[in-house]
Amino acid sequence: MSLTEFIFGRLTWAAIPIHEPILIGTFIGVAVIGLAVLSAMTYYRLWGPLWFNWVISIDHKKIGVMYMVLGIIMLLRGFADALMMRLQQVLAFGGSDGYLNSHHYDQIFTAHGVIMIFFVAMPFVTGLMNFVMPLQIGARDVAFPFLNNFSFWMTVGGAILTMLSLFIGEYAQTGWLAFPPLSGIGASPSVGVDYYIWGLQVAGVGTTLSGINLMVTIIKMRCPGMTMMKMPIFTWTALCTNVLIVASFPVLTAVLLLLTLDRYIGTNFFTADLGGNPMLYVNLIWIWGHPEVYILILPLFGVFSEVVATFSGKRLFGYTSMVYATIVITILSYVVWLHHFFTMGSGASVNSFFGITTMIISIPTGAKIFNWLFTMYKGRIKFELPMLWTLAFLITFTVGGMTGVLLAVPPADFVLHNSLFLIAHFHNVIIGGVVFGVFAGINYWFPKAFGFRLDPFWGKVSFWGWVLGYWVAFTPLYILGLMGVTRRTRVFDDPDLRIWFIIAALGAVLVAIGIGAFILQIVVSILRRDQLRDVTGDPWGGRTLEWSTSSPPPNYNFAFTPVAYDLDTWADMKARQYERPVSGYVPIHMPKGTEAGIILSAFATACGFALIWYIWWLAALSFVAMIGYAIYHTFNRDRDYYIPAETVAETENARTKQLAEI
Amino acid sequence: MSTVTLPEDGSFHLTEEPHHPEGGNTMLGFWIYLMSDCLIFAVLFATYAVLGGSYAAGPDPKELFDLDLIAVNTAMLLFSSITYGFAMLAMQKHNSNQVIGWLLVTAVFGAAFLGIELYEFHHLIHEGAGPQRSAFLSAFFLLVGTHGLHVTFGMIWLFTLVIQTRKFGLTSAMQRRLSCLSLFWHFLDVIWIGVFSFVYLVRMI
Repeated sequence: MSLTEFIFGRLTWAAIPIHEPILIGTFIGVAVIGLAVLSAMTYYRLWGPLWFNWVISIDHKKIGVMYMVLGIIMLLRGFADALMMRLQQVLAFGGSDGYLNSHHYDQIFTAHGVIMIFFVAMPFVTGLMNFVMPLQIGARDVAFPFLNNFSFWMTVGGAILTMLSLFIGEYAQTGWLAFPPLSGIGASPSVGVDYYIWGLQVAGVGTTLSGINLMVTIIKMRCPGMTMMKMPIFTWTALCTNVLIVASFPVLTAVLLLLTLDRYIGTNFFTADLGGNPMLYVNLIWIWGHPEVYILILPLFGVFSEVVATFSGKRLFGYTSMVYATIVITILSYVVWLHHFFTMGSGASVNSFFGITTMIISIPTGAKIFNWLFTMYKGRIKFELPMLWTLAFLITFTVGGMTGVLLAVPPADFVLHNSLFLIAHFHNVIIGGVVFGVFAGINYWFPKAFGFRLDPFWGKVSFWGWVLGYWVAFTPLYILGLMGVTRRTRVFDDPDLRIWFIIAALGAVLVAIGIGAFILQIVVSILRRDQLRDVTGDPWGGRTLEWSTSSPPPNYNFAFTPVAYDLDTWADMKARQYERPVSGYVPIHMPKGTEAGIILSAFATACGFALIWYIWWLAALSFVAMIGYAIYHTFNRDRDYYIPAETVAETENARTKQLAEI
Repeated sequence: MSTVTLPEDGSFHLTEEPHHPEGGNTMLGFWIYLMSDCLIFAVLFATYAVLGGSYAAGPDPKELFDLDLIAVNTAMLLFSSITYGFAMLAMQKHNSNQVIGWLLVTAVFGAAFLGIELYEFHHLIHEGAGPQRSAFLSAFFLLVGTHGLHVTFGMIWLFTLVIQTRKFGLTSAMQRRLSCLSLFWHFLDVIWIGVFSFVYLVRMI
């Protein structure tokens, strides 16, 4: 081994993709924008505020907002991948090879899947839970505020590793679940799969810890009087989601560990020889993977429940059945994993069992749909943006659910598996459910987070862009799938198929308009914030505790710990002429911000990078540094402080004055 | 929340700060963490169950395992759990020197366990029965090795707590930390009993 090899492992100049004009263009674009942002931040002296108010903050509201920002940034990357695939499939007809070679195209569909699930949907979901749930249960923060900050930065670390593969080396060309033997060292000798593994492992630590954290928060930190069956439904779905996270992400961690050992030290878990068994991987990863899709959708079911009740001006129909439906889905999500590979030789009996359990899951889901419809029935519906997204969800998601039941029939699945029908189905439920729900949630809680509403005009442009865009982009994929067109295909022979791909590409352009309008909506709202200002803290006539405090809430959330007597606590308080207390403030005990989270995450990310490139000295060094720093951190006992009663009084008096001026 | 009673006048807020018993959250959180760790072991056990018979024409358990050595090893780990229990009893009596003493005894047993395990691994690899030889050996080294790694981290944690107990005394925060490590240490014991029965004993019959 030469000295350069010792220092840089397998990292050489060849890892920089200078022969790929698309990547070079992207790099220049990213560099220019990045430089502009960095210099603007320096010019306006924003580094200090960014560091002290955000980066080291352990305030669950700020961490929640940072998760959402991460989700939006990664959405742009994931969607750029989607646009590139749509364009390739329009061009690659009639003998044309399109504009993407197979090496590049395979990375794009892998990265698109991984990024959209792990670094868009997961941060959005975790961000919403982080921001909303503690406010809904009347808590001051989560159970482990430092851990929360650490979890966030680990997620960022995973995202950075994944993004780095764009400019240094390559990403996996295996599809988003990296099945062996394709992902084994023989078929994928380069760094792509290693970027995949370590990006997910670093982020996975954050996800698991945040799951534990939020679970303990809900179990232990509800305000007095809030029994389990008085918890807001979003909190219920958050609880079930976090149970799912804690009970499924360790499986992902373990199965990726086995794949790592196969790749790094030559074990034989998933190899085709010496007794290895690739089907073991497929089973294990879907034992994580199926609960994962419910991790993504359950919190959004919670969002829709809150939104429907608020904008219908009614209590949610069938609260109890909603809770039980959520719990049943949580449990059933563990006994359906095999429907992801009916065709891989399990036999008729096993397939029947998993087909039936899969169909059974649609019963509690259907119950939820009816609960939302009955909530709207005879309600005084206000067609604000969150409600629009909810209506679009009800229609879109129901169709997606039905194609799902269709795929749950094993014989039908033998025909449709691995086709664009499947792609259309899961985009139907993920866009129609998760994405629409996230936008409903963003529009609903944005005024709580920042004290002003989002601009409705650009919001509606974004809404129509997404909804129409979804249908125009994915209906053709259903049709193509029924014709037997397989997924992940780069070039086509049959010219008759082309028109459907052109329509799908137009749909993607509509979605692009939807995303652009969403960014504009935020910019315009910031510019027009004085017109959109809400000083009441309750702009929609909300029903749950988060609307009882100011917008944005003070860092201690509630000057006095609220007491719950009824479901829809805030609606109950308003109905019984609740008077906001204006004196008698006491000091409030709060945790202190700490830089430990980002430092530990930086070590973990460096360790991941070193392992990807076989830079063993750096891997060892950063790992030891991480453990050492974690131990050092446990010696720090200066972790909390009291907000003096005078400061609380000042903040609350300002709000009293503000409320009096309305 | 269980420690606060609802205000009798039906008011919508508490006038005093509710007093949360310190550390209650931590113990629950740590339990849940242990269960998530348990799930990792569940996957490794399942892997061993699936691949444990795939010898690939290589050596099988009867040729490889030395039950006497494993019995000694098991005894080391079980003794370390008992001595950790003595450390916890000393903690109840607020005797920090005794706590440190028993922790160090625990560390000695833990080190003995790891030493024997490393000897066994070295011996197996030396005989050409390394983790690359067959899927059975891959699964064996993974399951036993992951348990061993946990014990190693437990040891690092244990020494950290010895230093912190010396430095800070048995404060409530320190008692909480010692209790967490106690849970962790006994948890590893339980896992080892699974490993001993399921990996070694059953395969020898």
